[in-house]
Amino acid sequence: MVNLMRSGAAVVTLPTDTQILITREFAAPKHLVFKAWTTPELVKRWWIGQRGVATIAEIDLRVGGKWRYVMVAHGGFEVAFHGECREIVPNERLVTTEVYEGIPDAEARAALNTLTLTEVDGRTTLTLLVEHRTKEDRDAHINSGMEGGLQEAMDLLEQIAISLR
Amino acid sequence: MARAATTTDAFNAVAESRRRQILDVLAGGERAVNDLVRLLGLPQPQVSKHLRVLREVGLVDVRDEGRHRMYRLNGRPLRPIHEWVKNYERSWNERFEALDEVLDELKREEDSDGEPHA
Repeated sequence: MVNLMRSGAAVVTLPTDTQILITREFAAPKHLVFKAWTTPELVKRWWIGQRGVATIAEIDLRVGGKWRYVMVAHGGFEVAFHGECREIVPNERLVTTEVYEGIPDAEARAALNTLTLTEVDGRTTLTLLVEHRTKEDRDAHINSGMEGGLQEAMDLLEQIAISLR
Repeated sequence: MARAATTTDAFNAVAESRRRQILDVLAGGERAVNDLVRLLGLPQPQVSKHLRVLREVGLVDVRDEGRHRMYRLNGRPLRPIHEWVKNYERSWNERFEALDEVLDELKREEDSDGEPHA
């Protein structure tokens, strides 16, 4: 039954030149979505999707507290992010900075992420607004999804090549 | 991502916020230039300039109706932008599907604890 009530697809839009807005509905109350979003052991289980393995998830859920996530993608390369909690309204709103550690001047190019959770009849609409400082960084962020996809395709190709040896 | 000049590429044409406003208005239906000038609160030459760019990349179609030039949205050139975002969207869908699993489990735990839903 729960599976039938699954909530469908994420919608990604670009409200301005520097923003990305991600929206998705969940068949669960907001306090559980907040819990899954902010509890390290739970984050490790969903944050990377199918792209690899989460090796580190640390969250100090206080204003000024730091967070850091590290994953190892299927290709073997490590990807790490960290940031700081700026605003916390339990179960409803979380504002954090996000630094992608793999780029030059990473700290200066931190994005600001605003998570909001709205519950109606036990279902929760999640919105995640990602605000970059420049259009270039915003575009690079979106392109990283593409590169991830490309990387997966290369990995698959490699596996197939090995199996053919 | 390499980009072509403003006038040949829908990406650049919609990078300008006024032009996105025009597209938003036209998403609600066909409009005469005068309507757009009034709704956007911009000088007419500026609106015409933006409309020209949008027309050159095929984002708006135009026809004459009596003394009015009527502008209409054509979403087809926005498709590459959609495709561009789609891969990023897919990576979030993967995450959210994994998050669904976690949430199902949390709900079951909560139900078996007999706690009321907040």
